Amino acid sequence: MIEFQNVSVDFKQKTGKLTAVREVSFKIEKGEIFGIAGSSGAGKSTLMRTINLLQSPTSGHLLVGGKNITKYRGKPLRDHRRSVGMIFQHFNLADNLTVYQNIAFVLRTAGKTPAETEKAVCEYLSLVGLSEKAGAYPSKLSGGQKQRVAIARALAGGANILLCDEPTSALDAETTISILNLIKSLSKQLGITVVIITHELEVIKSICSRCAVMDGGNLIELGDVYDLFTKPQHDYTRQLIGHVHKHELPLKALRSMDGLLVRLTFRGWQANTPVISDATVRFGVNFNILAGRVEYIGGKPLGILYVNPLGNPESVRHALDYLKEVVREVEVIDNGV
Amino acid sequence: MGFDLRQALLEAFEETALMSGASLLSAVVIGGVLGLLLYATSSRLFVRNRIINQTAGVIINVVRSIPFLILLVLLIPLSKAVVNTTIGPAAVVIPLSIAAIAFFARLADASFSDVNQGVIEAYISTGASKWSVIARILLPEALPSLVRNVTVTAVSLVGFSAMAGTVGGGGIGDLAIRYGYQRYQPEVMLICVAILILFVQGIQLTGDLIAKSLDKKQ
Repeated sequence: MIEFQNVSVDFKQKTGKLTAVREVSFKIEKGEIFGIAGSSGAGKSTLMRTINLLQSPTSGHLLVGGKNITKYRGKPLRDHRRSVGMIFQHFNLADNLTVYQNIAFVLRTAGKTPAETEKAVCEYLSLVGLSEKAGAYPSKLSGGQKQRVAIARALAGGANILLCDEPTSALDAETTISILNLIKSLSKQLGITVVIITHELEVIKSICSRCAVMDGGNLIELGDVYDLFTKPQHDYTRQLIGHVHKHELPLKALRSMDGLLVRLTFRGWQANTPVISDATVRFGVNFNILAGRVEYIGGKPLGILYVNPLGNPESVRHALDYLKEVVREVEVIDNGV
Repeated sequence: MGFDLRQALLEAFEETALMSGASLLSAVVIGGVLGLLLYATSSRLFVRNRIINQTAGVIINVVRSIPFLILLVLLIPLSKAVVNTTIGPAAVVIPLSIAAIAFFARLADASFSDVNQGVIEAYISTGASKWSVIARILLPEALPSLVRNVTVTAVSLVGFSAMAGTVGGGGIGDLAIRYGYQRYQPEVMLICVAILILFVQGIQLTGDLIAKSLDKKQ
């Protein structure tokens, strides 16, 4: 659906040029929800803005729906932009226009009649659950409602791609979830391809199927979200994810601990056996559970457990060998004091 | 004597209103278009063009850096050519308009620039033409601020038009100088000042009310 071929974007600066995006090539498939992660300044926003040519690539090509859009200007460019909706962190609604007028603009400028416009505006407002707010001005809406209006505006013209530039970064946790759910259900319902850039990895974890990681203008990792989160290949990715996966064990728990601190990582549905009690029964080693949690990434579970095995060193070694066989990842973090 | 104060005040007020009104109109129309040109040629989202932008900017600055009294005298030949007279309200409208156009162009540019760029970009990204975005998004978004700046321009014009008395422009200011100062009639001076105060207050109040009713931001 969207294919980047060696796309680079340079910005002229007084001191020379700044390469915001460097030789990026990958494909986003039709109908998928694709995430681009990275810290600020990584080039993810610049990369995304090449899709609707708010930013022209300095070199390389961009194929959207099989057509090379890189050099589009004038009418072909405007037609292309109509097929790509975009939403923003700060919603960017016109304050002096009502909700209705904000959405209607897109349809009227696309040459729709007033009757067609009215029908489409009402349809999309009800799709985002804001039918009763048609006459309201944006200042009277909450952040979540504003983003819903922005989504209706982005899609009302019949776009089949939705670009989301930090769509939930200005929203509270609860609203974030409801907006993400809306994007997910619209994507399914209307068959649109969604590209989300965010520095919030929670967003990517909860709705994206695949994800790219960018750093310093380079695309450093790309893959299935679950693999990326559970088996990051690149140091930077690991560091980025580290913020999410970090388990802060209270110092007190560590001080009173005797022996090893071991981290067990369970991926997917592999761990159906009660491994801990198995190990206890087989090797006579007791496990003191210090911390643990299960999180779901793209609907698949990832379990992390911190344990402190108690018993004679020989049995502990056997028990850990056994665990390594059953659980894919067993890591001894601390050899005790 | 034959001096009817009431009649004189009425005439003077009419002249002031005519001078300020006519030059305000040209300021809003021509200055507004110039302001839009300044904005559009400076914005990445429209038709950024440094040469046009800087040329227009320099011309506006030149006009604005000439003190109005000097501009008034400087432009006497132009007034003569256009309205075929060098005295009276009609002659003064030319320099007043030119000063006001330059003044309002800058203010209008600022009003347009104050519109959230993200909003403009969001609408450019919908595939709408730049003209549609200017007419249906930029203008309504800038309108409350434009109205406030029209008010500022109108108030300045009332002040400028008083100076115009020196080249025989007529108006309240002229009346105040001729009778109040030169003929030692302080009561005329006081009445003229009072009228100007009320006039300016009225303009400001009306402008504020309109701007507030147009602004849906709060």
